[in-house]
Amino acid sequence: MSGTYLGMPSFPRAAASSTRDMRLRGNLRHATHTIRAKRAQAVEELGDWAQLRAAGAALKNRTLRHLDHYLEQLETAVTGAGGQVHWARDAEEANRIVADLVRETGESDVVKVKSMATQETGLNEALAKAGISAYETDLAELIVQLGDDLPSHILVPAIHRNRDQIRDIFREKMGSWGRAAPKNLSDDPAELAEAARLHLREKFLNAKVGISGANFMVAETGTLVVVESEGNGRMCLTLPETLISVVGIEKIVPTWQDLEVFLQTLPRSSTAERMNPYTSTWTGTTDEDGPSAFHLVLLDNGRTDTLADTVGRQALRCIRCSACLNVCPVYERAGGHAYGSPYPGPIGAILTPQLRGMQSELDASLPYASSLCGACYEVCPVAIDIPEVLVHLRERVVEGGTATVRGQRTTIKPAKGHAAERAVMRAARWTFEHPRAMRTGQRIASRTRRLTPRRLPLPGPGRAWSDSRDIPRPAPESFRDWWRRTRGSGSAGSGREGGDAR
Amino acid sequence: MSSRDVVLGRVRRALADVPRDEGPEEAAVPRDYWTSHAERTDAQRLDLLAENLADYRALVHRCTPAQLPARIAELLSARGARSVVAPPGIPADWVPAEVERVADEPSMTPHELDALDSVVTCCAVAIAETGTIVLDAREDQGRRRISLVPDHHICVVRAPEQIVDSVPRALGRLDPARPQTWISGPSATSDIELDRVEGVHGPRTLEVIITSPEP
Repeated sequence: MSGTYLGMPSFPRAAASSTRDMRLRGNLRHATHTIRAKRAQAVEELGDWAQLRAAGAALKNRTLRHLDHYLEQLETAVTGAGGQVHWARDAEEANRIVADLVRETGESDVVKVKSMATQETGLNEALAKAGISAYETDLAELIVQLGDDLPSHILVPAIHRNRDQIRDIFREKMGSWGRAAPKNLSDDPAELAEAARLHLREKFLNAKVGISGANFMVAETGTLVVVESEGNGRMCLTLPETLISVVGIEKIVPTWQDLEVFLQTLPRSSTAERMNPYTSTWTGTTDEDGPSAFHLVLLDNGRTDTLADTVGRQALRCIRCSACLNVCPVYERAGGHAYGSPYPGPIGAILTPQLRGMQSELDASLPYASSLCGACYEVCPVAIDIPEVLVHLRERVVEGGTATVRGQRTTIKPAKGHAAERAVMRAARWTFEHPRAMRTGQRIASRTRRLTPRRLPLPGPGRAWSDSRDIPRPAPESFRDWWRRTRGSGSAGSGREGGDAR
Repeated sequence: MSSRDVVLGRVRRALADVPRDEGPEEAAVPRDYWTSHAERTDAQRLDLLAENLADYRALVHRCTPAQLPARIAELLSARGARSVVAPPGIPADWVPAEVERVADEPSMTPHELDALDSVVTCCAVAIAETGTIVLDAREDQGRRRISLVPDHHICVVRAPEQIVDSVPRALGRLDPARPQTWISGPSATSDIELDRVEGVHGPRTLEVIITSPEP
């Protein structure tokens, strides 16, 4: 790992190696099954879950359908409360804005609360280039950062690491970032957490600049909301003099009251708790309580392109709870790194290719990183039909078509490597449109069924597909022939089977 | 063109499918979810709050308003606390004479705050169904940071008036213009092999005293 997603291999190749990592698979199985069971219990406690889910989806749809209105309302409210709003069309611009804001303070160290948006933009690397050290303060993010690693889960980013690995990382790396770990540090989770507490407290108490994301932004009031467990969020949000929040433009809810839906569904869906230990809300700046300067950086970075796709748009409803990861059979076996993005699992498979476009081999492979079993849709607290979007994106990969890329309507070409698939589909279509040929083909297949191989080792692009699939043996008789033989004489349509087939 | 105009322009072009005359409110939102998950008496609400707070490893105590100063003194003494930060709205007799009371001053540095043993605050509202106390930085709760940096937090909840059933009912009582901290149990992490560890950065011990005329 090199701490960056650039140049990651396509999902099937990355997964081929990660599925052989037994430790990773053991950790993931344990984590996903534990959270899954607890989540079901936490959801069951609320008799109106289905109504909350429907309201959550509808609220987010309302926001997305009128995003321009809510963005302007939010900007006015934040500005009115003493904050400053900045707009960033892409990752590079967001990083430049943040780096400039930090430079203006004269500081070269910043503390960060876990933020998926800044992971998406690669902010830490950009700040490092500008001579600014950004310290991750969530325990798991600290483990990831000290280990020069990448997060593998939305909620528990270091789930791929065991306690003994974490101890080794702390012992080796903490000293070069600040307060060193105790020499006799054991691998007991309480002791490891204590070492992190001491290491990070030094950072918090001296920090002049904090950087955060946000879970929600309330358009009506300009209020930002961060939910967390450890208190590192509260440290970053309240102790520094300057607070910079980088937030995706889709994270708006219309009114303060609307939080009543999401503050019930988010904790139960993510950590399976009735409520997470800490939720912070702030509106602009408050005299003598918290930072005296507040900057909100509104991030597009592919979100408006996603918005332009009426099927894919629903991915922007996501509240980053990670419930879909925990039920996904593909994620459970492949692990988060294989997705090559801060957003792994089913939501990552539809969000990443939409945010980044599907030019790279990795991004074009993500809509295929699913068995389409539908479990992700079942658990999603904002009812994102992930399978629907996956199929829609697969179609785009294979067929190409019009899409919005960086705000421009463009015609994208079919992705490479799908020529064989397209040829097969064209042949299938021809066959279905020519019933006589189909009937003849079926009869030939039935009569030669004993010659059908169990596997068909295709060369070239078809190989990955045929490698993992058995060929079903054709039936001794086609359905049509069977129908004709058993009911044919009495059925009105029997004589014109070819004509009915369409 | 400014980035603001670029982004807003992209948003508008992306929403070409939305009818021009559709107002935001016309995008329907069904609100048939419940505002509370049961009808409860004051006593039942108090019991549920105590139960859910304890479930998330907060230490829960109950007493009458008259017994409160003695109870706080007991808790501070049990921890050996020698200094306590208290916001101006905390009555003088809530902090025992043998403990140094430090005022919640904006000039206090984080390092000075870190050197203190405990903090005593009240709350704005408490939510029974989730075991949550909400602080909104009023006179008796103080700045957000004072309930964060010291390792021991004592929070007083006045029953029955400060306890509500549910999240929707709590939000209705709160003013979004005020900075808020919602607290459910002490600071916790499950980042290492999903083992829950209490206290990483926030107070490792949260004690909630619920006062009510009927003990």
